[in-house]
Amino acid sequence: MNRESASLTQGLSARRRAYDIGMRALLYASAIIICALLLFLIGYILVRGIPHLSWEFLSSEESVIKNIEGILPALINTLYVVIATLIIVLPLGVGSAIYLTEYATNKKLVAAIEFATETLAGMPSIIFALVGVIVFCEFAGLGTSLLAGAFSLVMMTLPTIIRTTQESLKTVPQSYREGSLALGAGKWHMVRTVVLPSSVDGIVTGCILAVGRIVGESAVLMFTAGMGMRLAKYGHGLGEFFKNLFDSSGATLTVALYNYAKERADFESAFAVAVVLLVIAFIINIAAKLAGRKLKKH
Amino acid sequence: MCDNNEKIIIESNKLNLYYGDNHALKDISFRIPSNRITALIGPSGCGKSTFLKTLNRMNDLVPGVKIEGQVMYNGEDIYSKAVDVTRLRRQIGMVFQKANPFPMSIYDNIAYGPRTHGVRNRAKLDEIVERSLRDAAIWEEVKDRLNKSALGLSGGQQQRICIARALAVEPDVLLMDESTSALDPISTSKIEELAMDLKSRYTVIMVTHNMQQALRISDYTAFFLLGELVEYGDTQTMFSKPTDKRTEDYITGRFG
Repeated sequence: MNRESASLTQGLSARRRAYDIGMRALLYASAIIICALLLFLIGYILVRGIPHLSWEFLSSEESVIKNIEGILPALINTLYVVIATLIIVLPLGVGSAIYLTEYATNKKLVAAIEFATETLAGMPSIIFALVGVIVFCEFAGLGTSLLAGAFSLVMMTLPTIIRTTQESLKTVPQSYREGSLALGAGKWHMVRTVVLPSSVDGIVTGCILAVGRIVGESAVLMFTAGMGMRLAKYGHGLGEFFKNLFDSSGATLTVALYNYAKERADFESAFAVAVVLLVIAFIINIAAKLAGRKLKKH
Repeated sequence: MCDNNEKIIIESNKLNLYYGDNHALKDISFRIPSNRITALIGPSGCGKSTFLKTLNRMNDLVPGVKIEGQVMYNGEDIYSKAVDVTRLRRQIGMVFQKANPFPMSIYDNIAYGPRTHGVRNRAKLDEIVERSLRDAAIWEEVKDRLNKSALGLSGGQQQRICIARALAVEPDVLLMDESTSALDPISTSKIEELAMDLKSRYTVIMVTHNMQQALRISDYTAFFLLGELVEYGDTQTMFSKPTDKRTEDYITGRFG
């Protein structure tokens, strides 16, 4: 081919141009399909759920006699499970991650533990449910209770918390650590004053996403925390919080959704719960984004 | 060897260091005088930085490192089991090659060391921060923005912040690991001046790639090659009449 004669305006050959246009159309199409699917899903849930949603539905306990439908117990159970799980999983997960990245010296052991956490992170939640039933409900004698559910969720979310915390600790430049140690700081002082503050945004984001997983989980809780729809025993104030964890069992929002849809074929209520879950998921994602941005000060 | 009238602050005896199978420092015996600037020169990988880091035990952080021999600091073996590394590092401060201020305010950067060692009194901290920043010749430039992030400063300013941070814990010795190699000439000359000012109160030991720098500011120079201390002596003498052929080749630029 004569290079001299090829002008800039001539551009691509017809075949390459067709290929280019074809690929572009394909990519646009896939993006449109995904967006349409998502919008349809959200739209459908909203359209079917919102009419059934009312303050009464959110704020009362269901009663056949009074003919009231309500998901207050499920909301409270969800809150209980989220808080109880976080109280246990945060120190455990963040602590292990700090140990693995800052303290552990045996590289092979660390690699083995990291491999194990990765495998655990990819495990189907029903397996955690099964183990939870055997270990926490039966063996540890907790019975079907919110606490047994929380413990099972701790197992499930622990790998995620460890991984995200580790990733975020690894982004802290080594030079910060050296700078701190060279000033005569002890190891823990260095971790507390330099490493953790520089990685807190990632840790918080990881935790908020873990909350999302807890709220979204159903299999584990059906097995371990019960499926009751009634308000069992709830005291007033935080004082009875821990007692209730042991005594009470019941459905969280996702399990309530399952109850409505599969046990009672009450799809109006099921969709109403779905709307609530959707809103919670939305809030969690926004919170994770905001937290990540807010905490990254410097 | 350094002048016999000098007061010796650090002395290494037959120091050997291994990174796994790599014999990085070979039988280094070395006496470093107090209140002088000692420059460590040599080509990359010759062990000068490694040697510097044995002096405040920063090499402890490297996995697989093995150290034999002695390093005496004021007559105490710093590798003895009884030594508290945090106290040692408080007395032998370090400034790194790349400025590494913490992602905090300028004030908190300087106050970090004193706080670590238990100073809580605000007035006392204020005083330490001002004194350290003045000593590091950066007070005038930052006094109006002590609460701003140290990461917003220029490279040369950041490095002087790091020097101020090191001075804030009142060390006896300041180790500088190629602390000007990433800086522009003006910042470099500021830090060189600073080092010369500091030697009345501190002992400065600096690793440098820059032979003009060693010649300009150091009192003593040590030449390292392949993990060995080839030659050590008065800087002027060493640059004018090196005794070892390898030193001469290096300082005249035949290799390196």
